[in-house]
Parts: sequence; structure tokens; C-alpha cells
Amino acid sequence: MTRSPDANPGSLPAAPPRIGIRATEWLDRQAGTVFIGPAVVVVLLFSVFPLLASAWLSLTRFSLQSGGYELSFIGASNYRKLITGSQQFHLLGTAGELSAGAWIGLALAFALLAWALLRSLRRRVGFADAVQQAPHAAAATLTLACALAATTLAPLGPLAAAAQEARDALDWPWFAWLLLGLVLFAIAAVSARLLGASATLSGLVGRQLAGTTWLLIALIAAGTSGAQQGSLLTTLFYVVGGVSLQFAIGLGLALLCAQPIRARNYFRLSFFIPLMVTPVGIAYIFRMLADMGVGPFAPIARALGLGAVTWAQNAWSARWVVLVGDTWQWVPFIFIVLLAAIEGQPRDQLEAAQLDGAPAWRIFRDITWPAIAPTAAAVVLIRLIEAFKIVDLPNVLTNGGPGIATESMTLHAFIDWRSLNLGGSAAVAYLLLLVSTLMAVSFFHFVVRPARGEGAR
Amino acid sequence: MNRRSIPFLATLACTAGLISLAGTAAHAQTKSYAGVTLNVMTFTGPQIAEPLQRRGKEFEAATGAKVNVITVPYSDLYQKLLTDWSTGTNSIDAAILAPQWMPDYVNFLEDLSPRVKADARLREDDVAPFFREFSQKYAGKTYTVTLDGDFHIAYYRTDVLAKLGRKPPQTWDEYLDIAKAAHGKDFGDGKPIVGSCIAKKRNAQSFWMITSVAGAFLQAKGTSEGAFFDPATMKPLVNNEAFARALEIYKETGKYGPPNEINMDVGDTRTLFVSGGCALTVDWGDIGPLAVDPKASKVVDKVGALMLPGSTKVLDRASGKLVACDKARCPHAVNGVNRAPFAAFGGWSGAVNAKAKPQAKDAAYALFSYMSQPEQSNADVTVGATGFNPYRLSQFKDMGPWKKSGMSDQAAKDYLGAIQDSLNSPNMVLDLRIPFNQRYQQVALDTAMARYLAGELDVKGTMKNIEETWNELNDELGKAKQQAAYKASIGAK
Repeated sequence: MTRSPDANPGSLPAAPPRIGIRATEWLDRQAGTVFIGPAVVVVLLFSVFPLLASAWLSLTRFSLQSGGYELSFIGASNYRKLITGSQQFHLLGTAGELSAGAWIGLALAFALLAWALLRSLRRRVGFADAVQQAPHAAAATLTLACALAATTLAPLGPLAAAAQEARDALDWPWFAWLLLGLVLFAIAAVSARLLGASATLSGLVGRQLAGTTWLLIALIAAGTSGAQQGSLLTTLFYVVGGVSLQFAIGLGLALLCAQPIRARNYFRLSFFIPLMVTPVGIAYIFRMLADMGVGPFAPIARALGLGAVTWAQNAWSARWVVLVGDTWQWVPFIFIVLLAAIEGQPRDQLEAAQLDGAPAWRIFRDITWPAIAPTAAAVVLIRLIEAFKIVDLPNVLTNGGPGIATESMTLHAFIDWRSLNLGGSAAVAYLLLLVSTLMAVSFFHFVVRPARGEGAR
Repeated sequence: MNRRSIPFLATLACTAGLISLAGTAAHAQTKSYAGVTLNVMTFTGPQIAEPLQRRGKEFEAATGAKVNVITVPYSDLYQKLLTDWSTGTNSIDAAILAPQWMPDYVNFLEDLSPRVKADARLREDDVAPFFREFSQKYAGKTYTVTLDGDFHIAYYRTDVLAKLGRKPPQTWDEYLDIAKAAHGKDFGDGKPIVGSCIAKKRNAQSFWMITSVAGAFLQAKGTSEGAFFDPATMKPLVNNEAFARALEIYKETGKYGPPNEINMDVGDTRTLFVSGGCALTVDWGDIGPLAVDPKASKVVDKVGALMLPGSTKVLDRASGKLVACDKARCPHAVNGVNRAPFAAFGGWSGAVNAKAKPQAKDAAYALFSYMSQPEQSNADVTVGATGFNPYRLSQFKDMGPWKKSGMSDQAAKDYLGAIQDSLNSPNMVLDLRIPFNQRYQQVALDTAMARYLAGELDVKGTMKNIEETWNELNDELGKAKQQAAYKASIGAK
């Protein structure tokens, strides 16, 4: 028996409740979203709004008007000023003669990039796959693409003048160059795939972007090595030098304090103390310590016949003093985290190895290191990001001097901000964001993942 | 809260006023601001804030206006005030601020000219002409009441100069000569002293110090000639033989300076000088009272002061060359030496918010006038802790308060003489007062100085760098606008 809806009037009143039920069911299913939505929106507003607002600020000029302020849009001119204009010396440095050492360094940087790319392309998941042929040719293609892009773009350094002439001669708009770069990267990525690279195309393009930026930085470092480096390279010195030093000392102290020695708790506590003091306090304490006229080390220096040590007059000695201060402050953090990791390593393996009479360094290499490596990676990553924000120490110790030698990018942005150059300050901050993101991502993709033996993506 | 209660309090005040009308007339007059609450902002003291609080209480007792002092750290003061006034919050009725900020603030400040003109007790004729005619004024109108006289003077050790058989330096060449002769020698302090201590730290005071050296080479025809830009063309006066000579001198003082002088700010050099470590120094007026404080000083009665050294040659603006002084070129020269004391920073001054309630404006002006009147001010400037330095002519006539503060006759004569000479100078250099002057001085000039002192730039490179950055800033901020502001600040036609 067929039944039309009309034939059964009783079904009509049933329809609205069914829609209602559907609606409530739908609402039930969306309850999670509905409840959490407002909170997400608020959080997003708080995190995204400043990001967007400062991005907009970096493209504007701030000026005071009667009854308020005005932001006028000036395009990328804040960035242009920093990278190629009158503030280039401040961010990137002053170009000088290239020494033989700089050329060797540049060649090393190039080789290092090729090696990192190769390492990140290798698939080592499981022992059976380890014999897979390493795609050397693919890595070489990517490296060459990076080198080509970097030398064309470099605002200073070797070949910068020639590249500038070539760019001027062609006189293309900026998006043509962007397009050309993307095409270059795409061609290199496709060739790498054809040559046996096992990563995705987007992964390969990402590697080239990161590689190009690092080569650019290497070119700038080589180009300014004969003259004066800017706040970008000083920041990288603090980050790479500081974190390496802090990691080495922190690991050493943690290993020592994990031993069953006397007064263990005393040592642990005293190594931990600098972390409890506020950074500005640390900076002032360190300023007093580093005072070679009346500070506590002055009599020692005098007794050793060093006279008055004038660390503040030389660029590198001043940078090292800042680095030592930063290390003094941050070793405790690495120390305490690694100590916890070392205490947590598997006891049974350790005791078995000790019973077998394995030498200490082998125990460290084969048992302790694999056990603490994930923690070490995390702690280094946190410190890398933190280290980019260094501002208190150079500000208090030297105010960024002598010259601009100890100025970090954060201090650079701060000095601009203080004089109400909000646009220029935001531009420096955005470049800092770019470099620190790149550093964190590169550290993960080029160092941590290959070390873990994870597959390429 | 306070602001909301103002109408209520005002009503109360009116009622009180009506009631007091029935009382004695004198009573009604003195309690003229009863019920008014004044929010006055300045920086966290103790300097400036201390006398403001103390005099504020007296003012309250005399007039009934409640003075509410709000302090913020010095580095925040500029931003905090500007935010409050530019956003229309207007919770601050008045402030004691740095007059150098005037161009950025002038839109929000009350024109005090009529009040100052009508105020006989302020004794405006007693205020040194530089402050009366330039420091307090912008485009011909008076916006601030000066409470503090700030400018650089040079200090020397009288005992050292006596042992060397030298007279106090009249020119920068003589300054270097004495510094060289005294450097590294022991003058009975038990250890060798250095020849000269001048702050050279980055991001501190070096941008003021270089102007103190350069002033006498750059400006000879009076304050309105200007020492930063040529007011006629807005061409920066930083790339010429005069500025080059100043750069050389500034660097050379470092040769006879303490080790690590490049990392010393004015607090460090001041401490070193007062503890007997230097033969010569350049500083604000603070060393005078500090040097006679037996607790802090090892050089009591051994300190002399003089107007900043000068030069026998000045800049010819047409050619950019240094030329010898003559009557026409250096009308204010004494014995052929052109001197140009530099009013670095300019001295703390009281200013009133134009958007404050009329009664609050009157009360705020009355408070600043009270603090500046000779009866109060002449006592305050002799006390080191107030942070106020002399700026009135009468403050040099009566030696009583100075002697009471511990100065010997000779020291008071020397110290006050140097200040008086500077104050009377018609060739005082006014600090740069154009919009965003911090970007010209604290960033561009300071960074260039730091790079020059550290050896990153040579003299030519430094001058080129400053000129380029200043020109770039002029173009960016509007050259015509900046030129108009510069002319307004120095009173150039």
C-alpha cells in the first residue's frame, strides 16, 4: 500500500518536532564548539590582534597630531631603510674587504648547508632502509638553487655589487623577482624528486627557503667581517654562541651533580640561584662584577699585573662580556632540566653496563645521551627562542656600545621605539620574528629530526 | 574618582567661599582655591618631586588647593603625559617636565603669557634672560614656568691647576693642554689622577657633550643663530670644519680620560670627579653642591667652575670653514674667545594642561608661580637634593644660603660665577626643540657618536652619517614643518 503524505494527516504534525529534534541534535553535536567558541575567539583576538596591528604598524609612519596621533601608510619603506637604506649599517652591518678567512668561512657555510640538506633527505627509519642510496645529486641541486637565490638577493657581501647591477639593468618589478624565485625553487624541487629525494615538494621548497636565508646570513657575515657587523649578526652570536656554551656547561654540571657526591644539594641549589633573580637584577649584578675599576675582580686583575682591563672598548671583548653574563644567568635553567632527565634515565641499563665494566664515555654515549636527547632538544629549542629576546644585559652593561657592537635586535627595536619611531621599531621586531622562527624550524628539521632518524617530509 | 568629585567639591568650595565672605576678606583671598584638587605629574624623585611635594603642602595650607603629586620613572614620563593628554583622558592637570619636549606638547599646553605678565610676585625680570626669552617660550608665547636652570659648565681642580701653574682653560685647546699635563700624575691624592672625565657612554649623555664642545665653534651671534641647523635653510650644521674640530677634541679628551671612559655615563664621571679622580670635567650644575658635601666628596674646597671653554675660530656658514673671530663674526667674544654655553636638557619647568578645568588651571599656575618666586626658589636651589639649579639673577646676589650649605667663599664665588657668566651670556645654545627631537639626538646623533668613539667611523664618516640621517629625518617628518619649529624655538626671524 502506497501512502501519500496527504493521505495521512496525522503525519503532518509530526514533522515540526522532527526538525526540532534534528536541530537539538545538531546543537548537541556542536555543543563543544558553541561552548568553547567564545573563549577561542577571545584568545585569538588577544594573540592575533597584536600580531596584525604590529604588522600594520611596520608599514606606517607614526606622527603626533593635535588631539591624537596619525599612522600614515608608507609601504615597505621601513624595511627598505633597514635592509638597503640608511639603517643598513645598524641591522646588517658595514661592508668591508673580504679576507681569506671570510672566503673559507663562506665555503664552509656552503658545505654545511649541502651536508644538512643531504642529511635531512636521507631516510633512516628502521635498519633495513638505512642502506637506501643517499640522494647526493638531489641535495646538490637544492644547494645550488639556494646559492643562486642568495647571491642574487644579498644586499651586501661578495658579488652584491654585481647582482645589484644586474638587477638594475633588468629593472623588473619586485613581484617578477618573487615569481622567478618561486619558479627556480619549484624546478629545483621537482628535479630533486626525480633524482630520488623522498620529501614532499612543499617540504623541498621550505628547505630551500630556509637554506637561502641561512646562506644570505652567511654572505652578510662574510661581507661585514672586515668592517662592522650589525644587530642581526650580534643577536645570532648571542643565540648560537650563548646557547652552545650554556648547553655545554649546563650538561657538564648536571652530570657532575647526578653523581653520588657529598653536599649534592648544596651544589644543586647554588648552581640554581642565578635563575631566581630577575633579569634586570642579574644585569646590574653582572655590571658590578664586570667593573674593572672598582669591581670585585679588579684587585685580582691588578695582582696578576693586568692593570685595568678595558673590555668595554673593544667590540668583541664587550660582546663576550655580554655572552658570559647571559651564560651565567641561563646555565641554571639547562642544568636543572638536564639534571631531571639524567636522574630519570633507566637504572637497570646503567647498572648492567657498569657491571660489564663499560667505560664512562660509552655509558654516556649509548645510554645517558639517548635517554636525555629528547629533553635536551626541547630545552635547547626553548633557549634558542628565549635567547633572541636578549635585551636587559646589553642595555644595562654597555647600552649597546661600544658603537653598536653589543646591540641585539631587541635592543635595536627598543631604542627606535623609545624615540617614537614606532614603524621602524615594528619592522625590526618583524625581522626578528622571521629570523627566530626560521632558527627554531631549521633546528628542528635539520638537527633534531635527522638525529632522531626520522623520515624526511 | 577624583575627577568626578570635582564638581561636588567645587560646589562645596563655592559654598565655603560664600561663607568665608562673611569672614575676614584676607581669609577669603588666601583660601581662594579651596576644594580644588590638582593632579601634578613629574618623575620619580627624589629630585624635583621632593620640592614639589614640600611646596605643594605649603601651597595647600595657604590656598586650600590639594596638590596630588603623581610620579612615574623618568623614562616613562614623556610617554605617560603625552598619552594622557593626546587621548583626551586629561587626568593630569599640570606637570613639571623637560622643556625640550615642548614641540611635541605645545598643542596640549596652556598659553601662560597673560598670567605671567600679570604676576608681579613671580618677579619675571629676575629670571635670567635665556630662560625668560627662550626656554619658557615657543613661537613667542610663554608656555612654561622655569623652576630649574640646567646647562653644562666645566669644573677643574683648583689645587691641581695651582700645582701645574695653569689658569682655568678659556678655550678647548687649553682644556686639552691642561688635561694632558695633569694626566697620570699624583697631586697628593695618593694615586695618579686622570686629566679629563667626560661622559662617553652610548645611549647616555654623549649627544649633549658633543654639542657642549661644538657650540662655541658653531654659534657666535646669539641664541637665535642656532647651533644644530642653519635656520634659513635647515641645513644641518654637522658636516663642516667646526664640527670636525669638535669631534677631534671630544675624542682627544678620552686620551687623558679614565680607562673604560667609553662605558661611563655622567653619573660615573661625576662620582669619579668628586672622589678626586679627575683634573677636569664637564657636567651640569650638580657637582657644585656635591663637591662641598663632606660625606661624598674628597675635593671639598678644591673645585672651581667656569663657563664652558670657547674657541678663537668659528664656523663660516657659507664656506663651511673655520675662520678667526673678529668683531663682526663674534660680537659676544671676550678677549677674542667665542663662548657658547649649552643649555643641555634645559631645566625642569612647570606647564599646565590646556584642557584642565579653568579653576585647576589657575591653581596650577599659582602653584608653579609660588615655587618659582624668589622667596621659595632662592632657598631650594642651594639644596642638592631638590635637583634645582640656579636660574634667577638674585640667586647670585645673596651668598647666605650658599654658605649655609657648606660652600666656602671662594667656592661659592667660583661656582656661582660660572653659572652667572653662562646665564648672562647672550650666546647660550638652546637644546634642539623640534618635533621628534629624540630621533635626531638620542638616536641618530648618539649612535653616530658611539660609533665614532668606538672607532667604527672616522671624522668624515661620522659627519656624513649625521648629516644624512638628519636630512632624511627632515624629509620624512616634513622639512618645512621642522624648519618652522626650529625657528620658533630659537626665536629666529
